[in-house]
Amino acid sequence: METLYLAIVLAPLLGAIVAGLFGRQVGRVGAHSVTIAGVAISFVLSLVVFWYHAMAGGEVYNETVYTWLVSDGIRFEIGFLVDNLTAMMMLVVTFVSLMVHVYTIGYMQDDPGYQRFFALISLFTFSMLMLVMANNFLQLFFGWEAVGLVSYLLIGFWFKRPTAIYANMKAFIVNRVGDFAFVLGIGAVVFHAASLDYMEVFAQADTMADATISILPGSEWSLLTVACILLFIGAMAKSAQVPLHVWLPDSMEGPTPISALIHAATMVTAGIFMVARMSPLYEYSVAALSFILVIGAITAFFMGLIGLVQNDIKRVVAYSTLSQLGYMTVALGASAYAAGMFHLMTHAFFKALLFLAAGSVIMALHHEQDMRRMGGLRKYMPITYATALIGSLALIGFPGLAGFFSKDGIIEAVHMSSTPGATFAYVLVLAGVFVTALYTFRMFFMVFHGEERFRHAPPAAGHDEGHGHGHHGGTPHESPWVVTVPLILLAIPSVLAGYFVGPLLFGDFFADALFVDESRDVLARLGEGYDGVLGFIIHGIMMPPFWLAMAGLGTAWYVYMKRPELAQKARDTLPWAYNILDRKYGFDEFNDVVFAGGARRLGQWLWRFGDTLLIDTVIVNGSARAVGWVSGRLRLGQTGYLYHYAFAMIIGLLVLILAFAL
Amino acid sequence: MFADWPLLSLVIWTPIIGGLIVLFVGDRMPEASRRLSLSIAVLTFLLSLPLFALFDRSTHEMQFVEWVPWISTFDIHYHLGVDGISMPLILLTTFTTVLVVLAAWEVIQYRVSQYMASFLILAGLMNGVFSALDAVLFYVFFEAMLIPMFLVIGIWGGPNRIYATLKFFLYTFFGSVFLLIALIYLYTQAGSFAILDFHHTPLGMTAQTLIFLAMLLAFAVKIPMFPVHTWLPDAHVEAPTGGSVILAAIMLKIGGYGFLRFSLPITPDAAMALDWLMITLSLIAVVYVGMVALMQKDMKKLIAYSSIAHMGFVTLGFFIVFMIYNNTGDWQGAGLGISGGMVQMVSHGLISAAMFLSVGVLYDRMHSRQIADYGGVANTMPWFAAFFVLFAMANTGLPGTSGFVGEFMVILAAFRADFWIALLAATTLILAAAYTLWLVKRVIYGEVANDNVAQLQDLNRREFWILGVLAFAVLLLGVWPAPLLDVLDATVDNLVRHIAVSKL
Repeated sequence: METLYLAIVLAPLLGAIVAGLFGRQVGRVGAHSVTIAGVAISFVLSLVVFWYHAMAGGEVYNETVYTWLVSDGIRFEIGFLVDNLTAMMMLVVTFVSLMVHVYTIGYMQDDPGYQRFFALISLFTFSMLMLVMANNFLQLFFGWEAVGLVSYLLIGFWFKRPTAIYANMKAFIVNRVGDFAFVLGIGAVVFHAASLDYMEVFAQADTMADATISILPGSEWSLLTVACILLFIGAMAKSAQVPLHVWLPDSMEGPTPISALIHAATMVTAGIFMVARMSPLYEYSVAALSFILVIGAITAFFMGLIGLVQNDIKRVVAYSTLSQLGYMTVALGASAYAAGMFHLMTHAFFKALLFLAAGSVIMALHHEQDMRRMGGLRKYMPITYATALIGSLALIGFPGLAGFFSKDGIIEAVHMSSTPGATFAYVLVLAGVFVTALYTFRMFFMVFHGEERFRHAPPAAGHDEGHGHGHHGGTPHESPWVVTVPLILLAIPSVLAGYFVGPLLFGDFFADALFVDESRDVLARLGEGYDGVLGFIIHGIMMPPFWLAMAGLGTAWYVYMKRPELAQKARDTLPWAYNILDRKYGFDEFNDVVFAGGARRLGQWLWRFGDTLLIDTVIVNGSARAVGWVSGRLRLGQTGYLYHYAFAMIIGLLVLILAFAL
Repeated sequence: MFADWPLLSLVIWTPIIGGLIVLFVGDRMPEASRRLSLSIAVLTFLLSLPLFALFDRSTHEMQFVEWVPWISTFDIHYHLGVDGISMPLILLTTFTTVLVVLAAWEVIQYRVSQYMASFLILAGLMNGVFSALDAVLFYVFFEAMLIPMFLVIGIWGGPNRIYATLKFFLYTFFGSVFLLIALIYLYTQAGSFAILDFHHTPLGMTAQTLIFLAMLLAFAVKIPMFPVHTWLPDAHVEAPTGGSVILAAIMLKIGGYGFLRFSLPITPDAAMALDWLMITLSLIAVVYVGMVALMQKDMKKLIAYSSIAHMGFVTLGFFIVFMIYNNTGDWQGAGLGISGGMVQMVSHGLISAAMFLSVGVLYDRMHSRQIADYGGVANTMPWFAAFFVLFAMANTGLPGTSGFVGEFMVILAAFRADFWIALLAATTLILAAAYTLWLVKRVIYGEVANDNVAQLQDLNRREFWILGVLAFAVLLLGVWPAPLLDVLDATVDNLVRHIAVSKL
């Protein structure tokens, strides 16, 4: 099996190396062929792995590939842990990645950095696979940071744009704030377990829960809670939870294919995956779970609200992603890890679909991203329209589509949960359903229905490099097959993935991987009432989330189709609410002034005052001057006159004689 | 066949004698000097390889030992040997010297043979520092090393080189005088100048404290630690590229090496009593110097400050050990800290060499080190940009590069000592990312900033290979550090066992 797993990981890496280092030699076709071949191999083999683990009842695989280093008795290793949880992630990652690779052929067609782009998305696939397949904290952290690196390089792919290179630096540094905590979390784990291996650490979870650490004098904290919260802060940056979410909307500066792959379907879900993987630890700390629950709920609701006032099509989808990540986080907090993972999977499909559909629209309109200059595209782009409709319905949780099952699972689970904060979270995720439907269909109607506003559009301001030769005002047309085929292939699981609700949510699919304390096992209790997919749908239609979603959809239709002036009116009546949302609650301003500005001012002051003035001028050069001054005085004695010296000698002699005589 | 060669003498004297020959070839034949220097540097590197290959990883004992009586009256001998701590540093020296000779190829046109000779002789002296087991021999190499570097900065340096050389020389000389006093005192106690005898000499607390402080002055200046670090940015800014590379990659490591070879084993009780001071200064280096690095306008100064911050990790790893013991009651984790510091030294040798060589590549073309003069270099130098981003990432400690290994080990070790120490140390993840990536953003990315940038030529073949080799080394050590740790393990274990026993 090891060869198989290695092939899955290394095939994309090899593709990345060929396309990246020999891009000029292999050319464009060579670059996309080799990377697509690499990812396709990974995908096919992941299917085999999934079949082996999920269907054929294969054993959990947990082996070391090689020893990274051994020091002080602690082994740092690279190795794979493959169980159903991993197998599912591998399938999702390689499938979405393959779709995005194919799609990129069309999307990046004219870009001079074509080969570089393919190299990077393949490198990303490698890194992400390393992350999900890790059997230890070292490799987890390697994958964790490697996906961050590729994300950095891809957000700044168009490195001439000031906004892009601002956004990628911001993304990396904010993620580093999370990693800062993450590393400390690993430190806490190794402190207790003296091992980085998942299984060895999990085996000591109970003793770790009893161990304490004194962080502030006089207070003893559970070491496990500290570790769990620190690790989760890492997840908050990677999976963009408030208040470390600020980088994700800006990451939309990157080309759309990576927004779909990295900033919607896979990398940003790494935090969710990590917490699920660590469920044997988190289950011992209700405090950490509570923290997760509250953070997730805040993100789910308040980030969704911002989506209501965005006009950039990609940013609407980005805020939607933030909100959906919040849902997944809430599921984790409610100990419904399986529900979180299930939503992670369905969301990967329909959100990648929505991003790629948005990209298709952006291409058709020659890199126009402002929804106010779209509209009525339905008849020009039938395939994009149909697939976007499926994606949107899946996102709002329309019965029968993938998102319905996974989101309902989360909401029901939170409803039943008794973890502190669950009621608060329940109210927010419920309200979030309405908001989701509203912003989703606001976008959908603004783009595909209504008046055709793109014809009198002024030339788009910041469009992509290498695409400047668009012919504005022409009739938009459907995208080429390399774009539409991935849309269709993603639309299929966006409809069907939900039907796995039985085994994934209520069955024992994740039994090997996830651990849930019996007292908090809400999914098991939900599962008692589960009577098949149809029953689940019928039950769902009678529950508030469905009606809230319909209400959101209806409101969107009424406001943006029937009475377009209402939106403006709402904005005029509640200017403060609009302002708060438009400024995204002021996180960016706050960070700019306090953290970025503060660090720069402090650095400047330390340099000017500490290094330059105090150490260099006063102490170093000061002592040089002092020596100079003293020797200047002493030099006065060295007159060069013989009688001065003779006189000094006589006095000296007298002093000595007297000293000895007395 | 190599086993019975005097390998250590060879790696010391080949470059020194070779350097003298290059000097005689003279400036009239610059091309011949270059070729000869490269051959000597490569030969020295090849001669150092058996040290790694034949190294016995299972023992902490000194290996490749050579012993020849020198000044028997005072029991001073030509005594050489290496263990797991010094051997990797010798390899780093011989490796870096090859790169430095190559990097000077077309760049240095003024007094070529003297430039090359300085670096060759310097390399021999530094190998001497790392392999000397006699305190006087060590001291001779330790001081002699300053002379070539003094010349390199003073002759081939920038406009303000006189101030920088004086500052560099006086600072380091000031420190090492105290070292000499300490060594002479130790001789009176141990009855010999053998460093290994010093390790086993019983010393009272007062003596230990004084010796520790005297040595601290010498090594703290070298490595350098806050607040005796301000000579380094000045020296780097004025030094030619090769000077900066050797300074950052090797000479700083001599400070760290001194702590392991002298301070910790000779004065363990004083080190234990004063560990709070060392830890505080290390953390100041990480946090304060990291902040200062953020605001630098000169690329070399920025990298110099970054070096100081990274060396903070080295000293933190070395001196965290006692606190681990006090906090947890056993020495588990101490070896992790010391090994982590050692890995950080080797890794920083590679990364800082790469960073300074990269800045050198830019400087050779634009004759400016000011960040503000650049912008959008990626447009005209894509290969260079790729290398620079890689080294920048290594500098921020990205996993998969060597920069990560040592930092990770030290943070894990620090957590065993105290949560807050680990927390302050871990801020490097944020600070290093901030100052390094901001540098990348301003220099590499963006639109072409001005006509000079527009006319930049990408790397030539020589530059490509120099940076390529370093990139390979940085990645190799990041992906598979085990070979280095295998070398360190027995020696570090022994060191921890040694310092665990009080000398009082």
